[in-house]
Amino acid sequence: MTGYLREIRPETITERRVTLTVNGEQRTVEIEPRVLLAHLLRAGLGLTGTHIGCDTTNCGACTVLVDGKPIKSCTMLAVQADGHQVTTVEGMASASELHPVQEGFRQEHGLQCGFCTPGMMLSAMALLERNPDPTEEEVRWALSGNLCRCTGYQNIVKAVLWAAAKLRS
Amino acid sequence: MTETVHRAVDEIKIGGVGASRRRVEDDRFIRGRGTYTEDIVLPGMLYMEILRSPVAHARIKSIDASKAWDIPGVRLVLTGEMAAQRNLAWMPTLSYDTQAVLATDKVRFQGQEVACVVADNPYIAKDGCEAIVVEYEQLPAIVNPLQALAPDAPIIRDDKEGQHDNVCYQWEVGDKEATERAFAQADVVSKLKLHYPRSHPSPIECCGSVADYNSATGKLTVYMTTQAPHIIRAAVALVAELPENMIRIVSPDIGGGFGNKVPVYPGYVCSILCSILLGKPVKWIEDKSGNLISTGFARDMYFDGELALRRDGRILGVRFHADTDQGAFFSDAQPSKFKIGLVHSAFACYDIPVGHITARGAYTNKAPGGVAYRCSFRVTEAMFFQERLIAAAAADLGMDPAEFRRVNLVRDDDFPHRTPFGFLTDSGQYEKCLNIGLDAIDYKQFLLDKEAARARGRRLGIGISTMTEPLGAGNSREYDILGIKMFDSAELRVHPTGKAILRTGAKSQGQGHETTWAQIVSHELGIPAEDVTVEEGDTDTAPFGMGTYASRSTPVAGAAVSMVARKIRAKARKLAAHLLEVSEEDVEWELGRFSVRGAPQRSVSIQECAMAAYGNMPDGMEPGLENNAYYDPPNLTWPFACYIATVEVDPETGVWDVLRTVAVDDCGVRINPMIVEGQIMGGLTEAYAMSSMQFITFDEQGNCVGSNYMDYLLPTAWETPGFELHEVVTPCPHHPIGAKGVGECAAVGGPAAFVNAVMDALSDTGVRNIDMPLLPDRVWEALTERRDVSGAPPVRSE
Repeated sequence: MTGYLREIRPETITERRVTLTVNGEQRTVEIEPRVLLAHLLRAGLGLTGTHIGCDTTNCGACTVLVDGKPIKSCTMLAVQADGHQVTTVEGMASASELHPVQEGFRQEHGLQCGFCTPGMMLSAMALLERNPDPTEEEVRWALSGNLCRCTGYQNIVKAVLWAAAKLRS
Repeated sequence: MTETVHRAVDEIKIGGVGASRRRVEDDRFIRGRGTYTEDIVLPGMLYMEILRSPVAHARIKSIDASKAWDIPGVRLVLTGEMAAQRNLAWMPTLSYDTQAVLATDKVRFQGQEVACVVADNPYIAKDGCEAIVVEYEQLPAIVNPLQALAPDAPIIRDDKEGQHDNVCYQWEVGDKEATERAFAQADVVSKLKLHYPRSHPSPIECCGSVADYNSATGKLTVYMTTQAPHIIRAAVALVAELPENMIRIVSPDIGGGFGNKVPVYPGYVCSILCSILLGKPVKWIEDKSGNLISTGFARDMYFDGELALRRDGRILGVRFHADTDQGAFFSDAQPSKFKIGLVHSAFACYDIPVGHITARGAYTNKAPGGVAYRCSFRVTEAMFFQERLIAAAAADLGMDPAEFRRVNLVRDDDFPHRTPFGFLTDSGQYEKCLNIGLDAIDYKQFLLDKEAARARGRRLGIGISTMTEPLGAGNSREYDILGIKMFDSAELRVHPTGKAILRTGAKSQGQGHETTWAQIVSHELGIPAEDVTVEEGDTDTAPFGMGTYASRSTPVAGAAVSMVARKIRAKARKLAAHLLEVSEEDVEWELGRFSVRGAPQRSVSIQECAMAAYGNMPDGMEPGLENNAYYDPPNLTWPFACYIATVEVDPETGVWDVLRTVAVDDCGVRINPMIVEGQIMGGLTEAYAMSSMQFITFDEQGNCVGSNYMDYLLPTAWETPGFELHEVVTPCPHHPIGAKGVGECAAVGGPAAFVNAVMDALSDTGVRNIDMPLLPDRVWEALTERRDVSGAPPVRSE
């Protein structure tokens, strides 16, 4: 013990400092280690476009991109996002323009109640980043971690293919 | 007034009826800017969590909440005993039963609400629930109505005075003696028994509420996930004994409903009570397990019935008995005269002279059941049984199932047609729909392909389902909930510049009312749809209505939109006559414009009339251009549908794949074809889900098997087949714009198409029925053991 340090019993530490980049903006917060990333985004940062559906990583309503990869934010701890880049639905459109995936969902009627839509669109965006010209089958496989109860998926698939074509042109 | 000749307004261009207008709602949803209940944050808001029973049937010996109270940040622990002091431990249901808000005596199903904790954040509230110690004395659990109705069964509802068994209701309709005579004359009697499994509507968004009782004003505002805000307001007034004018229910954006968000749930009531007790806003957001094990289940119905048949294929009569598993409380909203909903709409599309139905509901140790899941009050079960029995009868007669339907479908010139159970169907082109479906699937060719495949050891099958169903409850003579008649309403205010705001008593949960209601206004008034704002869901501003479920929005609220717009047009005509300086009789209407008869160059637009209503009205005319309409439909609407599926069954594994699905829907005039098709595809997906994977069952201890999305299988984009849609338009004769309901048709009629297809692939095995869902192991068992497979609970727990 050097005298410069004051030792703390681990169980008395209730909060952790986390620094992450959300939609291009660096944010630093102090949170309990048990807080989920979805709750940090929604309640902590006010980004309520990320929805919570099932708590078990099945429905995908809470999908966000962490370093460009789709992640279910309801089963990732916020502290695990320390030092990483997070993209939510609020980060998809620029100030003046919608992302083609967003435009595709509107054009092809790819949404009804809108609850699964943010997660669905982010999964689609990640797919198109790595595969700009997917087949219908590839789109269906890429979206199979996201549940929709309204649309029957057919128009969602069309929306993603619409966006792929737009992005390629 | 304008002195030039105007080109007629193009209705499609202004977004009127028939336009596949892109949705207004999407602008906020695709940006993540919707406002769902969980998104609502109020100053000083606290968070509530519910402690649920881990067992299905037990006496509560004690509840010790002292450790929960000790947790820093816990503000309130509410138990049944405390609720009872406020006379709120029990509440009335929408079906004249009672339901426990927080258990005081016994728990009657796994997941029942036992206590709740309010804390500074949801994590602490969960900690509080975990710290509560409840001592249970377990009782035998009952998970099947036949067990429940056995003579020695333990009484589940011993809280109810005079309840000496587990019978929840008994009901009967039809002509018993005449039906017996028909069966005595039959050449062939076809019988079928089946169980339509319990299922959960399971919108992705769970239920929740933010209750905000303002102790200074005495006003209670509740933001909540409800499909029927006005019914909730009335129910809260009755339950919480608050004056109805001091209650405001706001239903914000809803993340899917499908019937799950119609009933009044204990969680809503607890959040209200906690807000009143604490004087602060209290938010309750259910987690998925809570939603899946405790809120409104659907189906869970046992059928046993038969058709009396003549050798030439004519159906002489029908009779069946249905047992429903209501769970521990009868809390689904059925029209009060019809305990088993509209199950007697079964066989409405066939010309059958007589029929008789008996039905019985049973209490069991399961969560309350029977909600109308994408369904008009039990019609999903009715149509499934109908189409399964029709398929079985065709097989018994050795007739082609399409031909058997053709022989018995009500003919186009037979309307209005009285069904054996008293409904009056009024329109349709049934055979045309069937023919379009058969052509689309290339029926004859498929039968040949099927035979050729069999020769090579492959099992193909084709299934047909045809049905008409009663949508748009209802007319006030027959339909009410809690004594309130099932009309609906619309209020339209046209502003001086010709823009407008429309409010209705319905409440969209994804159906797109903000888009389609504006299209109806556009159709009636010629105001561009984009100039019409639509608002719903706030009881302080919206006119009284019964909400959105049972595909009733377009048939009832949509009709009210037409009617209120016509009232506006009638007043605008008077204004036009004044502006054009002619008598009202000399004014002619074309979309969006009044002109002088014989002098079309002298005309005024609807927008000019609107301005005149505020600035240049004739002497004696009341200023303003707004009105409302309450619409009481003269009859239900009767859409017709024909669904055909082809499948291939793998005999080695019992796995089956959908080859093609063809849907022919006649829902009358389509307001927005794009949205209608979206509804049909959504319904077909639920139909495929029900037939293939989606069900919730229980073991003999009453444990819910399917309490999360790992166990409760819902189809993803990967499993869901593609759909081919076709349309026929037979306008509804009594709806102002000829529309019929459509939202649920495919979910109602679809399941039988898939099941009939799989059964067709097994037609040589002698297997008569496999209960849904047709899981691979069930199909494999039927194929290898050559026997029927039941899906009724209890399932083995090992």
